[in-house]
Amino acid sequence: MLHIVNKSPAQTRSLESCLRLAKDGQALLLIEDGVYAATPGLAESSGLTQAAKRLKVYALQPDLEARGMSSKLVEGVVTIDYAGFVDLVAEHSTSQSWL
Amino acid sequence: MKKFMFVNRRPPYGSIYALESLEVVLITATFDQDVSLVFIDDGVYELVKGQNTKAIGIKNHSPTYRALDGYDVEKLYVERESMQARGLTEADLLVDVEVLSSAEVADLMAEQDVVLTF
Repeated sequence: MLHIVNKSPAQTRSLESCLRLAKDGQALLLIEDGVYAATPGLAESSGLTQAAKRLKVYALQPDLEARGMSSKLVEGVVTIDYAGFVDLVAEHSTSQSWL
Repeated sequence: MKKFMFVNRRPPYGSIYALESLEVVLITATFDQDVSLVFIDDGVYELVKGQNTKAIGIKNHSPTYRALDGYDVEKLYVERESMQARGLTEADLLVDVEVLSSAEVADLMAEQDVVLTF
């Protein structure tokens, strides 16, 4: 299962719900405003720091760059480009977008 | 002249709010009103320096904040609590701002004739 979150954890509770229902070892991809969860401050308060210890966490590099947050990524998060996004979707039998 | 405050609380690209706020700020300034902007919650992210939107195909509107003083819009405030909660400091921002406490922001809001939140 690949979980995809596109909202800031300070705006909606999408990430919170996702983390509550994601099983150990599953993958989480942060895109659009979701990438803010992987930056200092919000990573702690959103539970992302803890989640990175049990999930494979990815963040979309173009969205980090757009927001000026490329250099602020917390540890335990892997950045991917659009081709990597496609690979992740192809690798997992199911994707869930937490809109 | 009326006192207009624009309250920005959304990140820059996930929705149209940040850009729309800028548009209305510029229009209001054209009518020679007393305009101020305050950035709270995820709105602080609008001012982060180094934004590069090339790969997502959306216009980078962040340089516009630096052009606001050309329209006599010089009152930019950031709520300290929101900035700190996001691990940011003034050095991360692309324009000079005045950093205020929540209580100070509340006082400023109370002085306004018009408050518009985006």
